[in-house]
Amino acid sequence: MENTNKPENPEHVEMDVGQLLISDFNKVNLKPKSNWEKVLTSTTRDNVQLLVNQIWTLPAKCIEEVIVTDLPKPTYVLPRSRKVPNPKALTKWEQFAKEKGIQKKKKGKSKLQWDDILKKWIPTHGYKKVEAEKTNEWCIEYKEGDDTDPREALKKAKTEKVAKNELQRLRNLAKSKNIKVPKVGVLNTVSAKDPKLLEYGAKVAEVSTASLGKFSEKPPRKTDGKVTKAKNKLKKKKKNTTGRNPGRAGKAPETASSKKPKAGKGNRDFRKKVGGRKRRN
Amino acid sequence: MPAGVGSSVLQRVTKPKTHKGKKVLLDREPKVIENTKQIFFVKGAKTTPELQECLKDIYTLKKPDAKILRNRNHITPFEDATPLEGFGKKFNANHFMMISNNKKRPNNLVIGRLFEHTLMDMVEFGVENYMSLNSFKNEKIATGIKPMLVFQGELFENNSEFGRIKNLLVDMFHREDVEQIRLQGLEHVLSFTAHDNCILFRSYKTLLKKSGTRIPRIELQEIGPRMDLRIRRIKLATDDLFKQACKKPKVLKEKKKKNITEDTFGSTLARVHLGVQKLDTIQTRKMKGLKKTTAEKKRKAAEDLDNSQKKAKVSNVTITEA
Repeated sequence: MENTNKPENPEHVEMDVGQLLISDFNKVNLKPKSNWEKVLTSTTRDNVQLLVNQIWTLPAKCIEEVIVTDLPKPTYVLPRSRKVPNPKALTKWEQFAKEKGIQKKKKGKSKLQWDDILKKWIPTHGYKKVEAEKTNEWCIEYKEGDDTDPREALKKAKTEKVAKNELQRLRNLAKSKNIKVPKVGVLNTVSAKDPKLLEYGAKVAEVSTASLGKFSEKPPRKTDGKVTKAKNKLKKKKKNTTGRNPGRAGKAPETASSKKPKAGKGNRDFRKKVGGRKRRN
Repeated sequence: MPAGVGSSVLQRVTKPKTHKGKKVLLDREPKVIENTKQIFFVKGAKTTPELQECLKDIYTLKKPDAKILRNRNHITPFEDATPLEGFGKKFNANHFMMISNNKKRPNNLVIGRLFEHTLMDMVEFGVENYMSLNSFKNEKIATGIKPMLVFQGELFENNSEFGRIKNLLVDMFHREDVEQIRLQGLEHVLSFTAHDNCILFRSYKTLLKKSGTRIPRIELQEIGPRMDLRIRRIKLATDDLFKQACKKPKVLKEKKKKNITEDTFGSTLARVHLGVQKLDTIQTRKMKGLKKTTAEKKRKAAEDLDNSQKKAKVSNVTITEA
């Protein structure tokens, strides 16, 4: 074997058998260009021979009449295509179950259940269960003194259940991705009792349009709100125009008039040459 | 406050409609053990037939982890690489190769890779002395074979840029990591030789000849493609980003086993630590003579009862005090 391959300087050769990679850091003598292909082929051959020698020393075995060797793990470090994923965040239920030590039910249980009426095995979930339910409940009694359709009520209950589940799913998703969810948009029973929060919720709803409420009409609100109070104050300040205490409320009219056009017939100013009628020469 | 609420719009959640769509989306998420890296080939605004052949030849070497885009794309990757990043995201591929031809840079070949759908490394080559796969009239190799990669030349060790280009080329051509390999399947060699701002790309088929020993003698036969890649522009990631990309997941890191060694005969030696033995309570051999008599047993039981009553009293007292 030795005569078939003699590397010039074996110290400068790095090998990663796991990756089938060999790096020969010796200088390749490519002086006359006409000789390139010969030199390249011979040096490559020597290096491949070195790698093959190494591979043939690894333990080989025969699998289905094919000789196979176990390769060691590659050592040459290559970058990943994506970052290492973080462990998945627990959902609210999973966290609760973990705290309380609630375990998932074993999966060995059969997914089929015996239906006594149909005399058939019915799956616990899926369309076949729904079909079975439809055939079983072909008649539902009305409750006494209640005119609402019981089927409608069942349907509504189902849709509400689905909607709630979806909301919880989204909430878990937002939590895992660290997104802030506005609490006032969705009023729960606690916040609904607090009038302050209710008012705040109404304010949020007012500006919850694509234009941030710029073009939407303000809904009629009961007069005990803060907005009307502030307006009253302004009116009072306007009445006594002595300007003794130009406080926060005193500045408000200026800001209110900021939207008025600067130019126009009434705002004639000769120095600034703004306003007035158009001069014709 | 209302304005603040308006500005923080909730991110839209794309929910897959079909089971297949869900599987596709899940496959695209970052994983601990990643899929085989895919490559896509892009044609620039203008190309030459020679370059197109080159692209096709590399595609045949990379099949089936490759995709060729049919249309021409007016992309200048060194000015703006966002279209390429977009393609990478779309095809879930993180290597790319692009060809273009113009007066300033004739026969231009750009290869690069993405990390997290953003550009990481990119190198521009001028293709010289191209000889296609078909111009070598001989038997080719089977598709999908893991090649042996040979890197030659001192530049790969001394020059950091060449080192990174080597990393890029290994990443692009090594195919997937395997645990086992068929010895007869070692039939393809890709050789990269660094020479004077040029990388000489050669592709050979190995012929395993008898040598008289167990290890065969290797002969090489060039099958193409052959090209000399002259390096033009280079855009490499910072060492920080590269290091971050090379981070290994903790799960895959092997834990070191303590106190276990192997001696020269191949038998494993291990040291086991035992705690302090409690000699007074330890159960030794049972003998009739050492057995407790009934009187002793009774006395023991009475003592235990007494002790427990005392304890109960103490606890009672504490409760009343509280």
